[in-house]
Amino acid sequence: MTLATARGEKYAADFKALTESRPVPGWMSDLRQRGWDHFDSIGFPTARRGNELWKYTNLAPLERGEFGFKLDRQSQVSSDEVQQRAPWSDDWTTLVFLDGSYSESLSRVRTDSPVKAQNFADAGDDSSLRDHLAAHAVVDESAFTAVNTAFLRDGVFVQIPDGHEADTAVHLLFITTPGASRATYPRTLVLAGTNSRVSVIESYISLGEESGFTAPVAEYVLGSGAGVEHYRVLAENEETFHIGTTRVYQSDDSNFRSVAFSLGPKIGRNDIHTMLDAPGAECTLNGLYLTTNSQHLDNHISTTHAKPNGTSHQFYKGVLSGDSRAVFSGRVLVEKDAQKSEADQKDLNLVLSHGAEIDTKPSLEIYADDVKCAHGATAGHTDPEALFYMQSRGIDEETAQAMLVRGFASEIADTIRVDALREYVENVIEETIPALQAAAD
Amino acid sequence: MLQVKDLHASVIDADEEILKGLSLSIGAGEVHAIMGPNGSGKSTFANVLMGRPDYVVNSGSVTFDDEEILELMPDQRALRGMFLAFQYPAEIPGVRPWQFLKAALDARREYAGEKALSVRDFSKLFDGKVEAVGIDPDLVKRSLNEGFSGGEKKRNEMLQLEMLEPRLAILDETDSGLDVDALRIVAEGVNSLRSPDRSFLIVTHYQRLLNYIKPDVVHILVNGRIVETGGPDLALTVESSGYENYIKAAAG
Repeated sequence: MTLATARGEKYAADFKALTESRPVPGWMSDLRQRGWDHFDSIGFPTARRGNELWKYTNLAPLERGEFGFKLDRQSQVSSDEVQQRAPWSDDWTTLVFLDGSYSESLSRVRTDSPVKAQNFADAGDDSSLRDHLAAHAVVDESAFTAVNTAFLRDGVFVQIPDGHEADTAVHLLFITTPGASRATYPRTLVLAGTNSRVSVIESYISLGEESGFTAPVAEYVLGSGAGVEHYRVLAENEETFHIGTTRVYQSDDSNFRSVAFSLGPKIGRNDIHTMLDAPGAECTLNGLYLTTNSQHLDNHISTTHAKPNGTSHQFYKGVLSGDSRAVFSGRVLVEKDAQKSEADQKDLNLVLSHGAEIDTKPSLEIYADDVKCAHGATAGHTDPEALFYMQSRGIDEETAQAMLVRGFASEIADTIRVDALREYVENVIEETIPALQAAAD
Repeated sequence: MLQVKDLHASVIDADEEILKGLSLSIGAGEVHAIMGPNGSGKSTFANVLMGRPDYVVNSGSVTFDDEEILELMPDQRALRGMFLAFQYPAEIPGVRPWQFLKAALDARREYAGEKALSVRDFSKLFDGKVEAVGIDPDLVKRSLNEGFSGGEKKRNEMLQLEMLEPRLAILDETDSGLDVDALRIVAEGVNSLRSPDRSFLIVTHYQRLLNYIKPDVVHILVNGRIVETGGPDLALTVESSGYENYIKAAAG
């Protein structure tokens, strides 16, 4: 069965145009075709009853094909504007993508580092790119991974050599520019060698106000003893549909530490899965989400403990206002062989309005018998005791509430170890608080 | 400085009154103590003065410097120079004492038409007071009151009192749960701040704190009313004979 109707034709026409454009290695065009075939057969999930993962999420505009894939670049953007609007440090290696296309002129690649960060086109027919791309985020796992794979073109390939401890971050900056609404499919593959260390920042920023569809897929592969700090910044505009997929494969004694900061787009999803596929692997998945107005943000965070002695932590916090809705769906699966696993999950929410709704569902699924697991979730309004206390010192109610929101958020923001990024996130929080308060009651 | 006339108050959404016609008057530079048995309304009174939203005032008036304050928000009362040292200070996650007091002092200075202190000047003042009050400097790097022991919370209240220099400080059972050392620190803080234009209202169950802070006036509060007012000796009388006679008299 293929996509009937106008929507199918639109995506099909875009796919055809892509395959007729710049040639890519044979394995990549095969991969695209597999992605297309799967997407074509299943289409986007629908917000119908019984479809638990998508029951709150109306994807009709995607179905209608409102956002087309474009091969041309939309508009010119100045270096100054990029550096003002996005997280930035001259110390980092930053690869900039404008509307899905790699921009060499805006990128800053440090040549003094053994870390290799390059656009797919520049990686040529690299065998490790071929071996790992789409091996961890497989095409048939979802329509979004499938459509992203179908439209593979530019993307980032990062390799950290064995034993190398990178002292500066690698920043992958995906920008949508002002102009016509469009779909972009950012793609990232990070291979961290044995005992290597690196910090990788993915950020998604829009410079215009137009709606759009961003469906990134990122794959992280950690070698034995590797340590990766992963930061994900979702700061696209309020009209955007953003469905992000992150897949992490961890070898023995590797450590993956992630902080996902998300402002509410129109509809957003932060889907992270870590596979602890060897003994002694550890992951820490932290996140902070701020939503207001009619935004919808879904955090779908899951970890599979496949082998013994693994440790996983999930800690997400949300501040909700207006009529926004957020979902925390945290899942930890401990398989039969994964003895001596430790897992904890926590999702805490500060709800500033009566119209806002949080659905929080931490869940543990355990098939091993010798494990330590804990989970918890809370949702509450601003503490009236705390407000009165602060007011009694001369701080007005609005300022007091802002301080409480800032304090609540800081517990996650403080876990960002890359200074320039933490400052960026703190500034964004600061700028967002008035909007949260304006929609509070 | 503070005039309370026939104050009636109850917990919001409850019928029964807790304060049933309380009147008192505190002049500039005076230290008043309010003593009373459990449930007499001592803490309610302290909190109503500061404007805690859990209480509703049914009738009566409270003026501070001749201004009626019952309609003012708590922060507006604070800016005019009132301060409440809490019996159970709230925990403020993610807000450090330094940040908190900077915001409070900035607000107060702005209200008074003064320029905000620079970060450097504020830090100097803050560090000095932290040392004077005997707070572990590591403690003030944590979230305000979070994980503080009872004694640490009370010391932190004294730190705020010393930083904000109110003109009327209300101490709500600040002595409860304190050991002798902490009690002495509270007393030293209050005594060092005593001045002709600053007044104190000390709410306490026991006479103990009054060994260290000598009040000018002692009030006995029973069943929502002041039943006796006297000098410092009244506290000693209560200490030896208890509240029994007052309770019986109030009931009779």
